[in-house]
Amino acid sequence: MEHFLSLFMKSVFVENLALAFFLGMCTFVAVSKNVKTAINLGAAVIVIQTITIPANNLIFRYLLQEGALSWAGYPSVDLTFVGLICYIGVIAAMVQILEMTLDRFSPTLYHTLGIFLPLLTVNCAILGGTLFMVQKEYTFTESVVYGFGSGFGWALAIAALAGIREKMKYSNVPDGLRGLGITFITVGLMALAFMAFSGIKL
Amino acid sequence: MKPLRKLLDRVEPHFVKGGKVSWAYPLYEALDTFLYSPNDRTSGSPHVRDSMDLKRMMSMVVIALVPCVFMAMFNTGYQANLAMGSMEVNSATGWRGDVLSWLGMGYNPSSFIDNFVHGALFFLPAYIVTMTVGGLWEVLFACVRKHEVNEGFLVTGLLFPLTLPPSIPLWQVAIGISFGVVVGKEVFGGTGRNILNPALTARAFLFFAYPANLSGDTIWTAVDGYTGATALGALATAPVGSSLTNLVDFSWWQAFVGLIPGSMGETSTLACLFGAVFLIATGIGSWRIMGGMLISALGLSTLMWLAGSDTNSMFQMPPWWHMVIGGYAFGLVFMATDPVSATMTDAGRWIYGGVIGVLTILIRVINPAYPEGVMLAILFGNVMSPLIDYFVVQSNIKRRVARSVA
Repeated sequence: MEHFLSLFMKSVFVENLALAFFLGMCTFVAVSKNVKTAINLGAAVIVIQTITIPANNLIFRYLLQEGALSWAGYPSVDLTFVGLICYIGVIAAMVQILEMTLDRFSPTLYHTLGIFLPLLTVNCAILGGTLFMVQKEYTFTESVVYGFGSGFGWALAIAALAGIREKMKYSNVPDGLRGLGITFITVGLMALAFMAFSGIKL
Repeated sequence: MKPLRKLLDRVEPHFVKGGKVSWAYPLYEALDTFLYSPNDRTSGSPHVRDSMDLKRMMSMVVIALVPCVFMAMFNTGYQANLAMGSMEVNSATGWRGDVLSWLGMGYNPSSFIDNFVHGALFFLPAYIVTMTVGGLWEVLFACVRKHEVNEGFLVTGLLFPLTLPPSIPLWQVAIGISFGVVVGKEVFGGTGRNILNPALTARAFLFFAYPANLSGDTIWTAVDGYTGATALGALATAPVGSSLTNLVDFSWWQAFVGLIPGSMGETSTLACLFGAVFLIATGIGSWRIMGGMLISALGLSTLMWLAGSDTNSMFQMPPWWHMVIGGYAFGLVFMATDPVSATMTDAGRWIYGGVIGVLTILIRVINPAYPEGVMLAILFGNVMSPLIDYFVVQSNIKRRVARSVA
């Protein structure tokens, strides 16, 4: 249990996908104007991560890994080279399902998220989470924890950024930096603060 | 003082719109309002009648910092003189030695004035560089962007050198404050509009850019070649089982008064306490933030102290030591309470203080990368503070809606 708790904390803070690895920046910067939308998008990312990372974990372990196909009588086959395509396919399918679910049950959220919902398919944070999972050779349970944790960390980061950007309505930013420019500076400063966690060994 | 007023009035037309040097109006305005209280009246509503304006508030913080500055000068000199005594060095090297011999000062660690002057020769250059370079950026931005030069910088410019180790090269001070003022504050529009504490942003920038000069055990005493780690640094690298008293050669009381090696202004908990009393009495520093940070840090460090650990020697540090060493007290009183970057709601202030306190202890104890955690914990609190406020406000709205329905 302790092991999973520390894995969770690590994936949320130490290895924060957005502020330690700078993954998923396009959505991170684009959909952070408003805290409510940011939290909803964050929730969507948490759901997607928690489903796709374990799903890809299963695919990796029972189909792609070297010797994974021994149950079908091909012990020497190594299919890791098709990994990227498989993972992105799973992610695309999951995003599609999530999109249809949202459209059916929460049309307002569906419309606020707009194009960024399907764009989650190509969000590097999502694929990045899966690739980290493969690289670090997590077990199935670990991958569930890691999926939830990494999604939660990303959601926390985007919510914090949205909070700051809402507060920045009162700022008087020089003309050349308005909009994306100041947002990138803000993200950089946030990453500076998140350096607090780098180096923690759990 | 009449002639001064007359002189200011006479040159005013040059600075106002249409004058020859109208671009420098912020400079004129800063000098004028620094010397005399302005007699402009607010036009249009709303009116707030209060003697507490930004200028006054910032001056109060500067006053609250006086004990810290005083201790910074004294202790820096004291540590240097002690170290020189133990190394049997008779005079300081470089220009400081020349100045001291010109002034006829000795290097006796038991002489108050010797310590004070020696320390001042380390603190004042850093302070002057901070004010000159940072002030230059302020004025530049004020002139180009046509806003006023703001007193907020007086506080930032005093806080920043206090957080630096005495041996820091002055060019790094200049780079640090440039980053703090420009990226930490001015790109957001100046005082009151920044998201992170500018002094801490400047220090964090230096910390990551020049780690050799901001951490390690050779930098805390202002004598070349002398190594002496701070208590936190010593304990972080100590083998498990070695007790605190074997590692540091000073008592709790010395740490409380501030006669220990460390960053210039942060060593003295006593001086910070004076500042805290003053800030709370004048209503400038939020007692909720201080309380939240105090309670959470005390609580967590007590828990960890009681729990103990077989692999981490930092667990042995008792909570009352956590309070007095490192920058904890300084950060608690002067950095976390910065009203711009802290939370704005009352409940939020408790949470914000709590988050910082917990994180400070966590970084100190379980993060081997940094022996000290206050700086980064407060920056993290700054980043989270708008979100904390958001949730506090939302829960208030929810509660009120529920009440009105019922």
